[in-house]
Amino acid sequence: MKSNILPSLYTTIFLVSMSCLLYIVDGLYFHITETERKCFIEEIPDETMVVGNYKCQFYDPKTGGFMPSSPGIGMHVEVRDPDDKVMLSKVYSTEGHFTFTSHIPGEHVICLYSNTTKWFSGSQLRVHLDIQVGEHAVDYGNVAQKEKLTELQLRVRQLLDQAEQITKEQNYQRYREERFRGTSESTNQRVLWWSITQTFILLVMGFWQMKHLKSFFEAKKLV
Amino acid sequence: MRLVNSLNRVGPLTLFYLLIIVILVCQIIGSVGAVELTFELPDNAKQCFHEEITEGTLSTVEFQVVTGGNYDVDMSLEAPNRQILYKGIKKQFDSFTWTAAQSGIYTVCFSNEFSTFSHKLVYMDFQVGDEKPLPGVGEQLSAMTKMESSSVQVHENLNTIIDYQTHHRLREAQGRKFAEDLNSKVLYWSVGETLAILVIGIGQIIILKNFFTDKKTVSKS
Repeated sequence: MKSNILPSLYTTIFLVSMSCLLYIVDGLYFHITETERKCFIEEIPDETMVVGNYKCQFYDPKTGGFMPSSPGIGMHVEVRDPDDKVMLSKVYSTEGHFTFTSHIPGEHVICLYSNTTKWFSGSQLRVHLDIQVGEHAVDYGNVAQKEKLTELQLRVRQLLDQAEQITKEQNYQRYREERFRGTSESTNQRVLWWSITQTFILLVMGFWQMKHLKSFFEAKKLV
Repeated sequence: MRLVNSLNRVGPLTLFYLLIIVILVCQIIGSVGAVELTFELPDNAKQCFHEEITEGTLSTVEFQVVTGGNYDVDMSLEAPNRQILYKGIKKQFDSFTWTAAQSGIYTVCFSNEFSTFSHKLVYMDFQVGDEKPLPGVGEQLSAMTKMESSSVQVHENLNTIIDYQTHHRLREAQGRKFAEDLNSKVLYWSVGETLAILVIGIGQIIILKNFFTDKKTVSKS
């Protein structure tokens, strides 16, 4: 009898502990309502890869917790480039993975919202999100396997990718500084033109007012 | 059922070892990761991020306000036992490192509730544990060769450079957005003031003419 119970006991303990550990996955998360739209901004140089992983859970009012898997709801992922053009707009299931590569340097906006049909706030959603940019987005396990790199070669490969990312960012920094300088010079020009024009308008107004009033009073025979 | 049966046949000691291995693997999964997010915090809003951290993990939270109002935001860090580990009121940027005293869900909250009309753009960097090592690397038990240790050093230096670049980008973005804001404000104000001058100038003449026209009819009758 004892020999029958003990193995099942150990197995039960093992399985229960395993199931408890299943929740230690999917790092950062936050809560949004069903109809809410959450946007994140990524300021990146051109030709940079961005990888995003997300997982969505529905709030279960019966248990007061979040359901481990929620069927039926999907997440709409929308990515806009700096010119406000839509780069990626797809509906994924509750657990998804999206990738995009930027073609223009600048602020890209990643928006997440559920494809619910409700009009105003429904139940709460828990969204696990992980966004990796540039060198962090590269899957080195895959690279090592595909190109059959040794350990040292893989390390050097990572260093090369990092150096490339740094170069791109520096290039982007130069472009941004150019824009900043352009904006400052434009402000300077505008202030200069405005002060000249305003003085001119004031003088013209003054002359016109006096002339108009003089002719008005002369017509009225008061002067 | 088959799984349970096969697990039953395996000895308890093996099960124990398996469990230890799974715990260690899950420790690694739950202990590493870094997420950088830039998000918009509307006025009177509060945004919270939660993360499951295992005990003993060194974690860092860093934030910086990029645009909006006085460039300040409230931030609080809460441990699983509801203890407030860090509370910053109206700070522009800060960084906080702590070692998790207990396993559980740690919450970072950003609040813009003190502001009535300025929405803020906040950058946040939540780093949990050390960087994930390259797959297949670090599994060797022997000491690293010179090449490997220098490549590790170069890697760490490059990480520092990328970090500095990010901070530079944020500071520059702050200045640039302010300049762009100023540029458009100057345009709107100059056009507005020109219109105001024209309206006031013509309006004065018309009102003055009205005074004298009325007097004339009064004096006539």
